[in-house]
Amino acid sequence: MSTDQRPTGPASDAHGPAPGGPVTQPRLGLVGWLRFVWRQLTSMRTALLLLLLLTVAAIPGGTFPQRSIDAARTAQWITDHPTTGPALDRLGFFEVYASPWFAAIYLLLFVSLIGCVAPRSRIHWRQVRADPPRAPRRLDRLGAHRELEIDGHPDEVRERLRTTLRRRRYRIHAYDDATLSAEKGHLRETGNLVFHLALIGVLVGVAWGHLLGWKGDVILPVGQTFANTLSRYDTFSPGPMVDVNHLDPFTLTLDEFAVSFETKDRGRGQFGAPRDFTATTRFTPASGPAREVDIKVNHPLETGGGTVFLLGNGYAPHVTVKSADGRVLYSDATPFLAQDNNYTSVGAIKVPGAQPDQLGFAGFFLPTGVIDQQEGPHSVFPDALDPQLALTAFSGTLFPGGAPQSVYTLDTAQMTALPGKDGADQLRILLRPGDTYDLPGGRGSITFDGVERFAGLSIRTDPGKTLTLVSALLALAGLVLSFVVRRRRVFVRVRPADDPARTVVAVGGLAKDDDTAMDDEVADIILSVKGTP
Amino acid sequence: MTESTWAALSDYSVFSALLVLSGALVGYVVHLARTVPREDTTSDGAMTSAPRVTQQQLVDPAGAPTPDGECSGPALVGVATTHGPDHETGRPDPGPARRASGIAWMLTLLGTALVVAGVVLRALDVHRWPLGNMYEFALAGAMFTLLAYIAWSTRRDLRWLGAFVLAPVLAVLGSAVTIWYTEASQLMPSLRSYWLAVHVTVATMTVAVFTLGAALGALYLIQDRIETGGSARARRSFMSRLPTAQALERLAYAAHVVAFPMWTFTVIAGAIWARQAWGSYWNWDPKEVWSFVIWVAYAAYLHARATTGWKRQNATWIALAGFGAVIFNFAVVNVFIVGMHSYSGL
Repeated sequence: MSTDQRPTGPASDAHGPAPGGPVTQPRLGLVGWLRFVWRQLTSMRTALLLLLLLTVAAIPGGTFPQRSIDAARTAQWITDHPTTGPALDRLGFFEVYASPWFAAIYLLLFVSLIGCVAPRSRIHWRQVRADPPRAPRRLDRLGAHRELEIDGHPDEVRERLRTTLRRRRYRIHAYDDATLSAEKGHLRETGNLVFHLALIGVLVGVAWGHLLGWKGDVILPVGQTFANTLSRYDTFSPGPMVDVNHLDPFTLTLDEFAVSFETKDRGRGQFGAPRDFTATTRFTPASGPAREVDIKVNHPLETGGGTVFLLGNGYAPHVTVKSADGRVLYSDATPFLAQDNNYTSVGAIKVPGAQPDQLGFAGFFLPTGVIDQQEGPHSVFPDALDPQLALTAFSGTLFPGGAPQSVYTLDTAQMTALPGKDGADQLRILLRPGDTYDLPGGRGSITFDGVERFAGLSIRTDPGKTLTLVSALLALAGLVLSFVVRRRRVFVRVRPADDPARTVVAVGGLAKDDDTAMDDEVADIILSVKGTP
Repeated sequence: MTESTWAALSDYSVFSALLVLSGALVGYVVHLARTVPREDTTSDGAMTSAPRVTQQQLVDPAGAPTPDGECSGPALVGVATTHGPDHETGRPDPGPARRASGIAWMLTLLGTALVVAGVVLRALDVHRWPLGNMYEFALAGAMFTLLAYIAWSTRRDLRWLGAFVLAPVLAVLGSAVTIWYTEASQLMPSLRSYWLAVHVTVATMTVAVFTLGAALGALYLIQDRIETGGSARARRSFMSRLPTAQALERLAYAAHVVAFPMWTFTVIAGAIWARQAWGSYWNWDPKEVWSFVIWVAYAAYLHARATTGWKRQNATWIALAGFGAVIFNFAVVNVFIVGMHSYSGL
């Protein structure tokens, strides 16, 4: 696949200018140029160059934080590196796999692949159906060659060799009475082509999944039910071609959430490490009876209209806020998000119904709480052994301008902190389950009723994943085939020896690639006729 | 026996293996040093073309096989055993060299048995597949490298390679017991899957084969440089005891041809598991990125080797760069880069 066939100046002078005239370069024209570019693109050298480029281009994504994986850490990195950060950001280093240059490389690579594999498939198809070529005149010119004089008539010796070759799975063709042409190992090229074509299948499967797949996350406290509708999701990211109004209407109730953490092992990083999470749920499919299902890490629930994965968990303290006259203004299990391995969690409680100003509480939930001067409120163990709620209280307007905001943080732009009782600038409330705190200024009370766990569920579909998997396995099978199978040609020539009862038999072998065992193959074949008298 | 006793025994076993394998390394080095030819036998023909002569005898039409079937002898079958005369040069080893390599081989077997025991005892201690943290990955990687070397040695004479396998194995084992050591413990929920046994085991085995490939590739590049214009002194060095550059290159290619499909399987199995555990088969997690980089790098090596006009030396450099990525993926990504594959236990 070189470009040597390109017409060059002096060589193409058959219709060229008159002798003595100026040497004109042949003009390629548009079609010529396109053909030239196509040949370049589909050449092995270009494929190799693109592969090397792809290797290098993938590296930044494994070295720099990626926005698609961890947006917060990416933003932090850019802030920490004020000069290089924004520059690299403009170059797409934080979204490598969505960047145009990365796409350009792999798309060119696939075009090159198709341009190389398609003609090869055509040639291969023709070769597979063709008979092996005629035996060359001089077998001793071949890489592997043996000659032997044995008893027997030439025809009979040739038939014995034919049997041997057939047993060794050669395809045989006889062009005349004195020779045999045999060939095997077309599966090598087949495997190679299957590998490359299957890679296209992988790419198509990935693209299909991106277009038609969706994923949504939901935080579900124990005792609550999730119904699979768009509005019920906390976050939802559909592919561009997903009809979000036709989700499969199943429901899922979280009956129980069991956790276990390491309590015995005091080795490095082991105490308090998670050991098991099990969500016991009641799953009601779109049609059919409800059933009990356990969802665990590594054991997702296949609903038929999306797969439910257990990807997170945490605590949802149940809090009740009452007005001064005892009316319940707020009573709910409120999820707090874990910030570290011991589940020191942050969250907010928003009470829009409070009078005269709206009330908001922000702070920490600590499953096994410790409050010290240096680290502030934090948890020392992930299980709820000594649950505490450490809050500060604010009054004012919760939703200035009605803009959407996170449920886990309080926007205090138009709120003021309630002052502490002993003259401190801020009221700090520490509650254990069952505790009630009376808010100053007749604003009512807040009660920490108890704590529930929540399960962080992610529901996802990827319609392309089967195609991707099947293609990947096909690619692997093709790869193994192309490495294991050897492409070989064997030619046999027999002629009568000087002694009329004997035959001179010559076997020559031709191998592609580095086939150091071809010589043994030829020796084995020729010795097989000797072995059977 | 209590569980922590198993863990302690495992540690003793690994420490003993370090000592025994160091002895084996010394043995192989002595073997190489003692077989360096003396001045009078260093004419080019004696050393480098000897294997080729054997080849030619097989191919040479003039040397047609005798009717009694002499060519079905050992030379034709081409299987060299580990012991006995040297099959690369066709000359018997000098006595001390043979003794040294015999001792080295026995110590390699013993050391490998001790590493296997270290892995098995750890598994007994924690009642799980012993591939849960950096220390265990390193231990298993060393084990598979040794087993691959031993398995290959039963098919051909690889005594000359011993030192170049044991040196990296000892480096990994030494790092394992000093900087990566982690006490035996249970796994976090995401690792509790039979895919751990499939994905991580094959990944570790693949790294072992890549290690052999990289050692052979590096030796090829050195040998090639010596053959094409090395000094007389270089020609007399222990490298003259090794196969020709061409043979080394073929062996390196053979190792990579085995390892590349294994790595492909590792990535596919990892993707299947990622979908089970994390909800998506590919997340561009740093470990996945580097696995992809490794895959593409070795794919480039295989293409470079098949591209006419590309030198085998340059192709081998690509393979070595791929091995650099393998090491980075293990030693750096596991420890220093934040991602979902953060199981180092450090």
